[in-house]
Amino acid sequence: MSDTFDQIFVSLKHWLLGYLPVWSQPVISCLLSIAVIIVAFATLFAITTWLERKGLARIQNRYGPNRAGIPLTNISLFGLGQPAADGIKALTKEDIVPFAADKLVHFFAPVVLVIPVLLSYAVLPIGRNMVAVDMDAGLLFFFAVGAATELSVFMAGWSSRNKYALLGAMRAIAQMVSYEIPLILSSVSVIMMVGSLSTVKIVEAQSTYHGLLPDWFVFTPWGFAGFILFMISALAESNRSPFDLPEGESEIVAGYFIEYSGFKFALFFLAEYLGMFAISGLGITLFLGGWHAPFAWLTWIPSWAWFFIKLVTLVLILIWIRGTVPRLRMDQLMNFAWKFMLPMALLNLVGVAIWHFMTPGLPRWLVGFALVVGPYLLLGRGLMAGKNLAKRTYRFAE
Amino acid sequence: MSIVAEMPSKNFELLSKDGDGELLEIAMGPHHPSTHGVFRMDVVLDGERVVKLKPVFGYLHRNHEKIAEGTTYLGSMPYTDRLDYFCSLTNNWAYALAVEKLAGLQVPERAEYIRVITAELTRLQNHACLMGFLVQDMGASGTPLMYAFREREKILDLFESLTGARMMCNYMRFGGCRCDLPAGWLDGAKKVVAETPRFIDEFEALLAGNEILMARTQNVGAMSRELAINASITGPMLRAAGVNYDLRKVDRYGIYDRFQFKVPLGDHGDTYDRYMVRVLEMRETVKILEQALAGISDGPIIDPKAKLRGFRPKVGEAYGRIEAPKGELGFYLISDGGPNPYRYRVRPPSLINLTVLEDLCLGQLVADVVVILGSVDIVLGEVDR
Repeated sequence: MSDTFDQIFVSLKHWLLGYLPVWSQPVISCLLSIAVIIVAFATLFAITTWLERKGLARIQNRYGPNRAGIPLTNISLFGLGQPAADGIKALTKEDIVPFAADKLVHFFAPVVLVIPVLLSYAVLPIGRNMVAVDMDAGLLFFFAVGAATELSVFMAGWSSRNKYALLGAMRAIAQMVSYEIPLILSSVSVIMMVGSLSTVKIVEAQSTYHGLLPDWFVFTPWGFAGFILFMISALAESNRSPFDLPEGESEIVAGYFIEYSGFKFALFFLAEYLGMFAISGLGITLFLGGWHAPFAWLTWIPSWAWFFIKLVTLVLILIWIRGTVPRLRMDQLMNFAWKFMLPMALLNLVGVAIWHFMTPGLPRWLVGFALVVGPYLLLGRGLMAGKNLAKRTYRFAE
Repeated sequence: MSIVAEMPSKNFELLSKDGDGELLEIAMGPHHPSTHGVFRMDVVLDGERVVKLKPVFGYLHRNHEKIAEGTTYLGSMPYTDRLDYFCSLTNNWAYALAVEKLAGLQVPERAEYIRVITAELTRLQNHACLMGFLVQDMGASGTPLMYAFREREKILDLFESLTGARMMCNYMRFGGCRCDLPAGWLDGAKKVVAETPRFIDEFEALLAGNEILMARTQNVGAMSRELAINASITGPMLRAAGVNYDLRKVDRYGIYDRFQFKVPLGDHGDTYDRYMVRVLEMRETVKILEQALAGISDGPIIDPKAKLRGFRPKVGEAYGRIEAPKGELGFYLISDGGPNPYRYRVRPPSLINLTVLEDLCLGQLVADVVVILGSVDIVLGEVDR
């Protein structure tokens, strides 16, 4: 029974394909996968915009959207109609292109942003046997298409002919290039452990259970450090607070998409969220056991459900971070990437190697633990020491 | 049309640079989310570093002083609300103080107490909002601001039940106040004041030790004592630079000599000090409020000699000043014996504190500019008048 549920989408696809001529099956199979990915993640995007507005509002003592529900009735459904209303608004808004803009590049920038983001979903295993393309170099593909977003960000910033857009694009490029390195290095630790670039193999490597806990990589010292490094870089890659400098609303107004309105703006928004899901999905695949249940007795819940439960949990954490943390400054951001994230990620690789060659047992845990906490304390203390940041005491005059 | 400024125009006398020397000239404002109104900064950037900054104001100029010279003394009172629209009650008080000096009116004790209570409540909500806005400028997506506004609402509710208006209070009159406290108002005020320390503690616990906040504010936009004095900076900004100058202590206007409170002073004069001095000032304000709310007694609320209609102060001049939340707010009046002032001049703390903006911002990054501007604490209604 649980297997039927688990494989319901896979069996559905095979059943559908069975009615089609053999020559068309590969193409239709691909198209079906694409359609499912787009529909599923676009729906998740709609729900997340609502969830984010609601979550931020609750963090900030507000209610958030609570009016839009089912049209022409008084049913408000906690404002769940808001995403639809926002979509209609974005579609019907006037599309303004600046007079001096490079119109062609200006038009293509949001499109060029969305396509690689969607492509990256191809290698994400969202359930057992549920991956669009099981590539041997899946991880490499993911990072390759992920890097293409930088191009479109610069296209948007440059073609708008706006100084804020240019500043935003400059910031975005510097930030994304810098944080891609710790992002990839922290993933390399998993590759070293699994010995494969295939996302499916990486998930398989985390399938066993060990006592109470599953064998997810996040439950090892190097894996935990790698996961934290990965998620920090993921925040920076998806331009989320506290790394939202490319938008920097209070400084450079809206950064590289300042001159976009209507649905082009919505596309940027969509791409940002889809990028966030994709990179969180990769984090789940690499460190959180992919679609595996956290406990052996919970395996009856379908694998795809586990993937989305984990994804929404990560997204909620990102929303929480956004609601609580102020933004860094450009130089601090760069310092953090090159002086802290990069050495930590490199040292983490050493940690993985040692973990890989030691026999399981307490000594391995102690060494692994020391190799994470030691560098963290040394680097953290060392970097903070030079800055003289501290709470101060004040004197009072009578 | 080039977006990168060619070599700077003549009025930006620019440094010969080591690098390729391409500079970007940006007009931050007048419609920019962080200029707290319609204010413009013409910034010249080298990368993101500020090499030149010119504040441009006047977008909200409403001819306040000239209008006040054409209308009666009392007629200007509601208009002073609109100067610093966050703190209408302190504006009222400064103006009333100037006119009282001019006309030689005495303020009854109860009215003095009410003035102190409303002014200190104003200070509380102004500083709370400033802290919220400042962290908002650092990009904290509105959460601190909403926390601050939650407190401000309680105080505005008090103002509403006392004066009928939440922001444009128009409450003080020459020689006293417009109306007496409604029944139960003092208890409500006591409750609000009693809740405030908890809010300040919460705010401090969440923000004062936050590493990002410290990294963004410490040693950013530092101002020396000398500069602060020479530029006639007043208010928390001056005290953050370490100068002990609080008009409540210096002038002891009203009945401030009756209250026990201290004046917090900073040592670095940077943005963090400007932030923390305001936090500490809020704690002292709570002390003043507790004493004032305990000490208030019954009595008349307005000088019986004060005339509302046909008010013509004798020939002369007067300068009344108070410690408004943003600094020294002064009104200078010359009377020629007529129903309206011959000369009416406002000394707006926001404007004068803003004049040193370039000195604070040079060499900082563009992200610091908005934070420094936020820590100056301006309201454009007062800057432009």
